[in-house]
Amino acid sequence: MFPLLSAIIFLPVLGAVLIALTPRARVTLIRALAFVFSGAALALALALFAGFSRNVATPQYVERAAWIPQLGISYFLGVDGLSLPFIVLTAMLTFLAVIASWHIELRPKEYFALMLVLETGVLGVFSSLDFLLFFLFWEVELIPMYLLIGTWGGPRREYAAIKFVIYTLAGSALMLVGILTLYFFGSAHTFDMLALRQQGIDPVVATFAFFLVFFGFAVKLPSFPFHTWLPDAHVEAPTAVSVLLAGVLLKMGGYGMLRVNVGMMPDVLAANAPFIGALAVVSILYGAAVSTVQHDLKSLVAYSSVSHMGYVLLGIAALTPGSLGGAAVQMFTHGLITGLLFLLVGVVYERTHTRIIASMGGLAPRMPLIATIFVIAGLASLGLPATAGFIGEFAVFVGAYPSLPWLTIVAIFGVVATAGYILWMLQRVFFGPPNPRWAALTDANRWFEVAPLVTLAALVLVVGIVPSLLTDIIQASVPGLASSPLLTAAR
Amino acid sequence: MPSTLWLILLLPVVSLALITLLRPAPRWSGRLTILAIGGSFVFSVVAFFEMLTRQQAAVAAHQEVEPVVSMVPWFQLGKTSFEVGVLADPLAAIMLLVVTTVSLLVQVYSQGYMAGDPGYRRYFAFMSLFTFSMLGLVLAPNFLQMFIFWELVGVSSYLLIGFWYHKPEAAYAAKKAFITTRLGDLGFLVGILMLYAYTGTFDFHQLQAAVKVGALGGAVLSTAMVLVFMGAVGKSAQFPLHVWLPDAMEGPTPVSALIHAATMVAAGVYLVARAFPLFQAAPTALMVVAVVGGFTAFFAATMGLVMSDIKRVLAYSTVSQLGYMMLGLGVGALSAGMFHLFTHAFFKALLFLAAGSVIHGAMEQDLFKLGGLRRHMPWTALTFAIGGLSLAGVPPLAGFWSKDEVLTAVYHSGNGLLLALGLLTAFMTAFYITRAWLLAFAGEWRGAAAAPPLPPGYALTPRPSPTGYALTPGPTPTGRGVGGEGVPAAGSEAGHGGSHGGSPGAHAHESPAVMVVPLLILAVPSVVAGFLGLPGANWFGSFLHGEEESAAEGIVIASSVVLAGLGILLGYLTYGARAISAEGLTAAFRPIHALLVNKYGLDDLYGWLVNRLYVGISLALAWFDQRIVDGLVNLVAWLAAQVGRGVTRTATGQLPNYALAVFAGVVVIANVVAVVAGR
Repeated sequence: MFPLLSAIIFLPVLGAVLIALTPRARVTLIRALAFVFSGAALALALALFAGFSRNVATPQYVERAAWIPQLGISYFLGVDGLSLPFIVLTAMLTFLAVIASWHIELRPKEYFALMLVLETGVLGVFSSLDFLLFFLFWEVELIPMYLLIGTWGGPRREYAAIKFVIYTLAGSALMLVGILTLYFFGSAHTFDMLALRQQGIDPVVATFAFFLVFFGFAVKLPSFPFHTWLPDAHVEAPTAVSVLLAGVLLKMGGYGMLRVNVGMMPDVLAANAPFIGALAVVSILYGAAVSTVQHDLKSLVAYSSVSHMGYVLLGIAALTPGSLGGAAVQMFTHGLITGLLFLLVGVVYERTHTRIIASMGGLAPRMPLIATIFVIAGLASLGLPATAGFIGEFAVFVGAYPSLPWLTIVAIFGVVATAGYILWMLQRVFFGPPNPRWAALTDANRWFEVAPLVTLAALVLVVGIVPSLLTDIIQASVPGLASSPLLTAAR
Repeated sequence: MPSTLWLILLLPVVSLALITLLRPAPRWSGRLTILAIGGSFVFSVVAFFEMLTRQQAAVAAHQEVEPVVSMVPWFQLGKTSFEVGVLADPLAAIMLLVVTTVSLLVQVYSQGYMAGDPGYRRYFAFMSLFTFSMLGLVLAPNFLQMFIFWELVGVSSYLLIGFWYHKPEAAYAAKKAFITTRLGDLGFLVGILMLYAYTGTFDFHQLQAAVKVGALGGAVLSTAMVLVFMGAVGKSAQFPLHVWLPDAMEGPTPVSALIHAATMVAAGVYLVARAFPLFQAAPTALMVVAVVGGFTAFFAATMGLVMSDIKRVLAYSTVSQLGYMMLGLGVGALSAGMFHLFTHAFFKALLFLAAGSVIHGAMEQDLFKLGGLRRHMPWTALTFAIGGLSLAGVPPLAGFWSKDEVLTAVYHSGNGLLLALGLLTAFMTAFYITRAWLLAFAGEWRGAAAAPPLPPGYALTPRPSPTGYALTPGPTPTGRGVGGEGVPAAGSEAGHGGSHGGSPGAHAHESPAVMVVPLLILAVPSVVAGFLGLPGANWFGSFLHGEEESAAEGIVIASSVVLAGLGILLGYLTYGARAISAEGLTAAFRPIHALLVNKYGLDDLYGWLVNRLYVGISLALAWFDQRIVDGLVNLVAWLAAQVGRGVTRTATGQLPNYALAVFAGVVVIANVVAVVAGR
């Protein structure tokens, strides 16, 4: 059988190697290579999407090869309803990010190569069914991201990049200890993530392991109070890197929680649901409030991620089939919407050379296409029905309410707060009398600007109107995650 | 019949899609929209007669009429299947007629009103979106779909209020409308979640069944229904969330007529009517509806007394009349509330379109600058008068019958206070609409020459900072008729400017036929629609219910007619005959007048809560985030660095090396594991 997953994962890194071998001066060839290899990965990911059996809960397209058999470590890949959406999302956003980076002039060779390495790392995380393999891919993603922010970023890029890396490394150190704890103190002595779901482990040890990995993932998500790396990283990162950071890297946190915390230790999660739910609600409201008063357009969108990923955490904490499904949907739709928002911030910045909201105003007549798509993205972000943003939020609320009614009610206030900062931002950036300072600006008019914007805006509407495209996949595996037989009592 | 219903719903989507994707010539976007809505109208008439036949058959068989339902699965997540579809029963059939009739007439009128506007195509695209959303709301078979289209009409309203987005007032009012109504939707959403948590369904009929078998009731149902009603409070601009509607007058006037008078704002009333069996099972919630409605009717009418902007008078009047509808529903009279919705849709749309004609022809909307227009705009003056008399409740016009049915129902409920509020409102209504007509159409032109100056507060100053104050740039904190679309801003001047000029007042002219004809058409139901609901021969009530309503009460009719007459008389004496000095009245009631003009200070209070309190807290949190949360992170990093000094030699400062170290560490650990595991 053709190893489809391996092909998807390693095509980008193959592209990166070819780019590395290409002479620096041949910029067009470098771009073309990045386009072709990220495009090929996307095409295969779509083939995977098409071939995926929607009524099978267990992993499909499994590839397994012994690696360190003495330790139960194997090269073990597979996709299920939880991982498939994020594989497709990663492949798609990377492809669009490559297009959106077409005009990068600073060392394009390194830039595109690193972006493709990053893609391989993230795809590996979403495909691994061996915990150690998962961890290695998790680490692989770090270095390209560090270099992308640190080299192509804004004025404070080095600070932001170092902060990102140290924060994530601290999180992954915790995670590694957690992984090893599960290995040593469980009954299965394996890194097989499917087997780990079934193993027996002492409840106290399980709680210990649970929080170690939980905090590792919470940094990535990010959840309050581990979120402060995010605004710094976003504000400094170049546009396409922000898109990937918000669009797919944050999802690794929520994905990990669903795969590990929910999938392997639902009892511990259930016991700590009020605490985790409270963390979620704080993230939602705190993120929204802090967003409201940001001066910088990009950091407004960055803080909105903290708020929106809070809904994911709420869905996870509530631990009902609907809320878990809602959490997965919310992650996917947030990837689309926030990816789009960062692209938009990027094209606006390209023109105004400022991101300070107060100095904008009246941009809509100058750039009608950008304004229209910005309004669509903004409305999606505030959860308007018929856009993708509604589906995840609403599903989380419906699922979470029976389990955590009060926390859900408080979380719903976030919906009004979101409407507040989004609409106020749109008003200050695009509406009002035309500002003569921006009279000479043009609308998005280059193909590498227009194509990603239109694609993502269309997807935001398509997923909002035909959510079953996404939910049929998620429904296959995610709602059942918490219900696997799990023996927390060591016998 | 289901296919008819789907067609009604989907035709406006077709026009929206065609306009958006093909970008036809502007006038074709208008025609496409009219064609689509015309189609929806025709099919609504078909559906109505079909429903009528079914109703008659059901009555003959002594049964309740079965609603027509067609469902499609939407998506499934967890154990919940989300479904959408269409449902038609007599209630929906009536509402379909109202929405498509008014919508069609307003679109035709818009061709004249919006002529030459650079955003003409966008206007009709938004109108298609609105009509689709409103029809989806009317046809909703469950709370989920109701909520979805509820939000979509909200966003259509946002887009259309802010249609002339270069005007800061318009952009501000659009945002205010969306956020204020969303505050109510918060309750709506929690209410739906509660109902779902207890019953596992969003479906109206399954919820009713749950109530019938006793699976749902008591405090849970009461709480849920009060929460659901919060949504209606926001959408139908009931106290205390009414503040957005007067500001929404920044939108083009046909928008005000369609969305902010006849249809969308009535969605709250429709919601209560749709969920009426659930409300009936929750008397506490129904009482809340009655009290909020009765108080709003009175409260809004008081502010209508002093407004100087013709559209704002009508806006407060709408809030007040919506209060009547809620009052009727709240005292248990479904058909009374819905009947008032029905007649109000026609006469209020008429009043707004006539006001639009005034603004179009005179380029002025401040009542104190208008005057004498009956000579220049006879058709507008006539139709405004018909709408006004209907609103005032003068027999035998439509508004008289429906309002009296509401008041009769209140009388039967035995609540004296609510009845008193309703009657006082009738008096004030007659007064303020008489005042508006006289100031606009009687007397002499008081305004400036052709081009009116910018109203105060229209200065195009950018707001100071993103730190809060800008959240209410509202240059219109008082009710003093500020901010008008008559201003020849870039959006509207193309349509209005140019041809006008000459001596003061002389520029005012009657509007073109494309605008006047819809006025005349709307004038017909404003006069005769009431005959559908005559006491004792209440066709409307029996269609809605399948049974007769209670008979009229002479005392109620007599008092309301006398009070309306007194209101008109007082209005005439003050603004027509000038026997009573308006200035004298103002002086005599100065504190009250000031209170009313300032809208009871509620706008200021809300402004303070949002701009000072909420933004203040947010600023504090942002400071906390930067200094404390991030400060701690940096502190930890610094401490770690100090400790790290000891092992500086191994630290190369190259991150890839660190990563390599991590990787090596993993391998080492793996080996340790191997040894341990290999025991």
